[in-house]
Amino acid sequence: MSFIVRRLIFYVVAAWVALTINFFIPRLVPGNAVEAIMSKFPNLQPSAYRALEALLGVGRGGSIWHQYWSYLVDVSHLNFGTSVSEYPAQVSTLLGEALPWTITLVGTATVIAFLVGTALGIAAGWRYGGGLDRVLPGLMFLQAIPYFFFALILLELFAVKVHAFPIGQGYGQGLIPGWHWDFIGSAIYHSLLPALTIVLTSIAGWMLTMRNVMITTIGEDYVVAAQAKGLSNRRVVFTYAARNAILPQLQGFGLALGFVVQGALVMEIVFSYPGIGLLLVNAVTSNDYPLTQAIFLVITFAVLIANVIVDIIIVFVDPRTRVREATR
Amino acid sequence: MTVAPALSTELTAVTQEPAPPGWWRRIPAKAKAGVVLFGFFVLTAIIGPFVTPYDPSYQNPNPAASMNAPSAAHLLGTTQSGQDVLSQLLVGIRLTLELGLLVGLVATALSVIVGVTAAFLGGFWDELLSLLTNVFLVIPALPLLIVLLGYFPNKGEWPTIIVLALLGWPWGARVMRAQTLAIRNRDFVAASRETGERTWRIITFEIVPNEVSLIAASFVNTVLYAIGASVALAFIGVADLNSWSLGTMLYWAQSQQALQLGAWWWFVPPGLAVALIGTALVLLNTGIDELGNPRLRDASSVSRIAGRWLKPTNPTPVLSEISQRRSGFAGFLHSFSRSSLLDQAEAGEGR
Repeated sequence: MSFIVRRLIFYVVAAWVALTINFFIPRLVPGNAVEAIMSKFPNLQPSAYRALEALLGVGRGGSIWHQYWSYLVDVSHLNFGTSVSEYPAQVSTLLGEALPWTITLVGTATVIAFLVGTALGIAAGWRYGGGLDRVLPGLMFLQAIPYFFFALILLELFAVKVHAFPIGQGYGQGLIPGWHWDFIGSAIYHSLLPALTIVLTSIAGWMLTMRNVMITTIGEDYVVAAQAKGLSNRRVVFTYAARNAILPQLQGFGLALGFVVQGALVMEIVFSYPGIGLLLVNAVTSNDYPLTQAIFLVITFAVLIANVIVDIIIVFVDPRTRVREATR
Repeated sequence: MTVAPALSTELTAVTQEPAPPGWWRRIPAKAKAGVVLFGFFVLTAIIGPFVTPYDPSYQNPNPAASMNAPSAAHLLGTTQSGQDVLSQLLVGIRLTLELGLLVGLVATALSVIVGVTAAFLGGFWDELLSLLTNVFLVIPALPLLIVLLGYFPNKGEWPTIIVLALLGWPWGARVMRAQTLAIRNRDFVAASRETGERTWRIITFEIVPNEVSLIAASFVNTVLYAIGASVALAFIGVADLNSWSLGTMLYWAQSQQALQLGAWWWFVPPGLAVALIGTALVLLNTGIDELGNPRLRDASSVSRIAGRWLKPTNPTPVLSEISQRRSGFAGFLHSFSRSSLLDQAEAGEGR
């Protein structure tokens, strides 16, 4: 079995764990989920009880295994039920509308932040004790700022004080979403501040870890040997040191991705950005349990898929993953 | 730690220099800054609630008291309903820190238990626990927290603390497991096993004391996670909104349009407090890292002679993950993890 196939199986297990947790949460809550909702809306008629049961899929009758199976079948058909707050919209429709916004914004901004942060980390690691190290405390501060707070500050500075950017939303009012330049231009313009928030707050993390790995790598014998051979600095930095230091950085990328996505989700609220994060908050505040749980699944799956992509990149960058197959 | 002070007194005796201020001096600058900054917030959390100038929840009915910019009467201004921001901040810092430290304690204890158990049991159980750890590392915690806490409305802080702790252990467990594997085969552990010490005694008196610095680092990390997550949760509105924490302050500021109304004094202080507490913890952690890995120490340890930076040569061997022979089902389970790459590298070189 190749590395990638085994990793895929691991992600399937992780997905299964997430699915199972998601299935059991409404069933293990003290009292039960339906009563929790009923108690939040005192003016609901008792007759709503059955309807809510049907909606949440808890009152479906049959054994728990039967319920579990039909739940898995539903999810595999992307059938997450009906939204309570946006009744009668299907949860899957709402997700389909919000997902492209988040994936485009968070995906692009994260890749940019990773690339720039890694490049800066290479520079800082190679010349450690140099100028770039002096901004490290500042970077640690940036890293510690919650995304949404940084978003508030950027909005205050660039949208409220100086009217350089729109104060929120995903696109200008009166525009009809579609593939025409007015809309695309407006969407890009509206996404600049959110993207800047993600890049500026996450860049520090990538830079710090890359710097530390670089410093450790530079001490390795093969780097010293390359220098002793009289190779050019550029070659030593990129072909010898950075080439190897990037591997742990990539592995860290897969794990840290979840944090970036979570931060970005909360940030969307500040910008009223029409993505998954805003949908999640609206679902939570209106006690829309089917929608909330579906969003948990979607976010988890998105992070898992991103991890698969990172693993594929690792296979291409790390020859060790291929050595074994060649020697077989 | 017991050897070092003796050594330094010996040195001062020889060179006749005044005695160095001891342990404080050996702590890296970053860690010192972290200790001072964090200490400041802990002090604020202890004293703060007793010196609040106003009742943080008191809503001033006088419309003139609403949305006041910082002044002598209200050092950090007032909210839309005339509440004093400084009083809220002083009370809020305590609640946020309490929650962070409590979650940190419970989650770190869990991670030590899982990590050390996995490393000690070895084989199948180790791989199963590692698999579980990796699965929980890759599942994003915040959406899961929101889903879970959505079912516990208005039950105070305890559900938040418990759920945060239950989801906060995997990072620490991973590190603890790796370190325990490294220590387990050292001579002093073998010696105590030979003298017939029981396993629980070896774990509590031989292994865990040697991992104190790692446990401390993992504790700091977990507190950082707990504060970040709890503030984010409260900001979304998934918290006890009747209590004052830094997160609920930000929630009310956002939901009552502090930004649009230009009331920066309402949301900047709590956000800045979160960021500064976070910075203190990050500084502490890098400091602990540098104590353990001298190569990471910055400019102060790099000497410049004749215009050239002289880097310290390798003082410590690089700790790579301990790879061990795995057989049967344990080996099968392990082959699904990313770290199995390292085994493959060795297998490739061997042939």
